[in-house]
Amino acid sequence: MRYFPYLLVGVLFGFVLIKSEAASWYRIQEMFHFQSFHMFGVMFSAIVTAFFTTQIIKRLNSQKALDGQVIEIPEKPAGQTSYIVGGFVFGIGWGLIGLCPGPVFALVGTGSIGAIVVLAGALHGTWLYGALKQYLPH
Amino acid sequence: MDWLYQPWPWYVAGPLIGMMVPMMLFIGNRSFGISNNLRHLCAITQPPNVDVDFFRYNWKEHIWSLVFVIGTALGGYLAGVVFANPEPVAISQAAQDMLLAWGFTQPGEFLVPDELFHTSVRNFTFLFASGVLVGFGTRYAGGCTSGHAITGLSTLQLPSLFAVLGIFAGGMFSSWFLVPWMLI
Repeated sequence: MRYFPYLLVGVLFGFVLIKSEAASWYRIQEMFHFQSFHMFGVMFSAIVTAFFTTQIIKRLNSQKALDGQVIEIPEKPAGQTSYIVGGFVFGIGWGLIGLCPGPVFALVGTGSIGAIVVLAGALHGTWLYGALKQYLPH
Repeated sequence: MDWLYQPWPWYVAGPLIGMMVPMMLFIGNRSFGISNNLRHLCAITQPPNVDVDFFRYNWKEHIWSLVFVIGTALGGYLAGVVFANPEPVAISQAAQDMLLAWGFTQPGEFLVPDELFHTSVRNFTFLFASGVLVGFGTRYAGGCTSGHAITGLSTLQLPSLFAVLGIFAGGMFSSWFLVPWMLI
């Protein structure tokens, strides 16, 4: 039961990814060629919304989550190489299949066999990173 | 109830996606991000005789995250099957012309192009290999579009800016120099 809120929010997320067409290969090609404002609007308004709402949370008197924990926003570890190179490799994949990890899960839900193949590949890629981590510059 | 079937404009969809960040914080002090689940799934399935450190941790602490993506798939089913939009994706005329020139015969049909997603050895090889890039890259970068572009940028984290620049450069590279030749 304590996981139920995550399920609900996850359902909302998957629903919005499809309805915003962020899970559409066509929208992603259109975005990378600057042929429509749609995806940029989705990203910018998402970031602005998250910015203001997290600022409000920071200023609340009681910063307790539902389960009683004090809300903290974790800092990403400092660095440059891994973020740029890793991001670039991920970006190449994203441009090819038009799906980043969230939309992969949403599209798997629609019964797309192709999306399941992408997920299988992504798991192997993740495993490959885990196996090679110590040899990579970070 | 038409709005359930139709696609949503950016100013409705974007803020809803942005609300994921405060909602996850509020529910259980969680940082919103999707690609960590790929790591958890590897940790769950790693056989005992394979021993990669990166996947040796107590994944049971992250069940909440796996429940979230199960929800994401369920939401995908609802929005993409039960309340499916009967119309093609309304991409711009410029995008349609470009995709036609690249050999995609029905730009906008079914969210993803049948030419790349229908069952064939060639397509599945392509999809799997691209998936490997996504999985490898997101873990190397420590996050994807959700963890870096949305959570990271909205909380003003410099590493996420580097990641987003890398991601966008990579996406432009494949979209401009690889995708146009895929059907030729």
